[in-house]
Amino acid sequence: MIGYAARRSLAAIPTLLLVAIAVFLLMRLIPGDPAQLMLGDAASAEEVQALRRSMGLEAPLPLQFLHWAGAALGGNLGRSITNGEPVLPLILSRFSVTAAIVLLAVALATLVAVPLGMLAAWKQNRATDLAVVAFATLMLSIPSFWLGLILLLVFGVKLGWLPVVGFVTFAEDPWAAAAYIVLPVATLVLIELGGMTRMARAATIDVLRLDYISHARAKGLSEFTVMRRHALPNAFAPTLTLIGLVLGNLLGGIAVIETVFTLPGLGRLLVEAIFQRDYPVVQGVMLFVAGIYVVVNLLVDLAYPIFDPRVTAE
Amino acid sequence: MRLRANLVIGGTLLTAVTAIAVTAAFWTPYAPRAVNLRRRLNPPSDLHWLGTDEFGRDVLSRLMVGAETSLTVAAVTVLVAMAIGVAIGLLAGFFRGWTDRALMALNDALLAFPGILLALGLLTVIGPSKWGIVLALGLAYAPAVARVVRGSVLSLREREFIEASRALGNSELYTLWRHVLPNCVSPLTVLATSMFGWVILSESALSFLGLGVPPPAPSWGNMLSTARPFLESATWLSIAPGVMIALCLLGTNLLGDALRDLLDPRT
Repeated sequence: MIGYAARRSLAAIPTLLLVAIAVFLLMRLIPGDPAQLMLGDAASAEEVQALRRSMGLEAPLPLQFLHWAGAALGGNLGRSITNGEPVLPLILSRFSVTAAIVLLAVALATLVAVPLGMLAAWKQNRATDLAVVAFATLMLSIPSFWLGLILLLVFGVKLGWLPVVGFVTFAEDPWAAAAYIVLPVATLVLIELGGMTRMARAATIDVLRLDYISHARAKGLSEFTVMRRHALPNAFAPTLTLIGLVLGNLLGGIAVIETVFTLPGLGRLLVEAIFQRDYPVVQGVMLFVAGIYVVVNLLVDLAYPIFDPRVTAE
Repeated sequence: MRLRANLVIGGTLLTAVTAIAVTAAFWTPYAPRAVNLRRRLNPPSDLHWLGTDEFGRDVLSRLMVGAETSLTVAAVTVLVAMAIGVAIGLLAGFFRGWTDRALMALNDALLAFPGILLALGLLTVIGPSKWGIVLALGLAYAPAVARVVRGSVLSLREREFIEASRALGNSELYTLWRHVLPNCVSPLTVLATSMFGWVILSESALSFLGLGVPPPAPSWGNMLSTARPFLESATWLSIAPGVMIALCLLGTNLLGDALRDLLDPRT
């Protein structure tokens, strides 16, 4: 167990390094001189030359990377071009908004999707199953930002129950903040429900074929006990892997939801930075999100043996 | 029974959307970019079946051209991703050793960017345009293809018929092309179908963010993005493009399920 955890954790280090190299090289692919890009067209030749020297752009590329990666490890991701703020605190303040919505949505979606998927698998090929699969496939096919618009139209505009534009942090006013967060979370829960339910159903069908389930039934256990005590832990393991992927996908694609609901999250920060050609911010957000994704997948893999101890045996 | 239903419904939906896209190439009720300021934000009527937008442009015409844009972008992107991914996967799987390790390290690094994050980064470099999207999404989805191809090649290369091809004196390249690649076709078909749906979704999301197909050219994503400020006053603008994306994705998902059942009897 400890060996497995150590091996898996060590394997994440080269991935993180390669991700950092990819982000670094990507930004160097932008045509033009980075110092000139950062200062803008109005800068004088001396200013550009001075920044080139302070950024270490005269050094060979590998040395430049080490310089940049070293600073990033120390929490220094540079400063935004547009307002001169340090990038990391900017990312962290925006991330708190995104993280709250994403974590809440994934937790709620899991709580609904796993029992729903297991129910469908238990009733495989019957009306209940067909209805659940049809619902899940439909949810899988609706673009999140459109569902967001429709929910906004119904609950914000037509019924007037919830605010249409704006955001308040939890620290300012928890009740108002909750009102702003209900629709984005509901949208993400509905969208992610599709993939997760289908995964939970497929995993449960695989498990229900196994001999130990027949054995549990032969012992005379009730169907509910068989499903909860015997099928659930093994069927949950593949769903757990999917949850890791979903968390990452949501972080990578959250910009559209934040745009629909005008939330000041990490995705909006990235899109605004792309529009303003604020390269240090783009670079910082990409490194941050990819880094989080690697860590989330690591945590998922570390939690996996709790549900399926066979993986550590390898 | 379910296989048949998936195949029929999925196929019908995609055929219908394709028919709309092909029609749009020859004929639309109005010119999709024709501005008519006297008919701004008209609700659906006999003249404009799906109403008009904030510039008085006909929504139905723009929706039809949007189908053409979305399907073209999706098809070309899938081809680009397949070409790059197949090349990398074949090389890595067949030559193994350092080639494999280097290519797969690069591949894993690219797979570590979740969702459309890599495409967003690439668009920063390439700049937003229709073909910029194709390149960015093509590069972003290639690693997934490479991974599938490499897996198939690794399991195939030890099989007798590959040995036989080598023993006959065929070159490695010929063996790769003639005997290995055809056996990767069925997993790739399933992947390409799902990918077609992902690309339609990603393209509409990027266009919605203003990083995709630039206005005034219509795409479903940028139509929804301009509809947001008129959510209260012109509801119809927010409905139709979303329905089109959803129908397209539903068709792809159902067809994908059907193909998976047909080509992968394991599940």
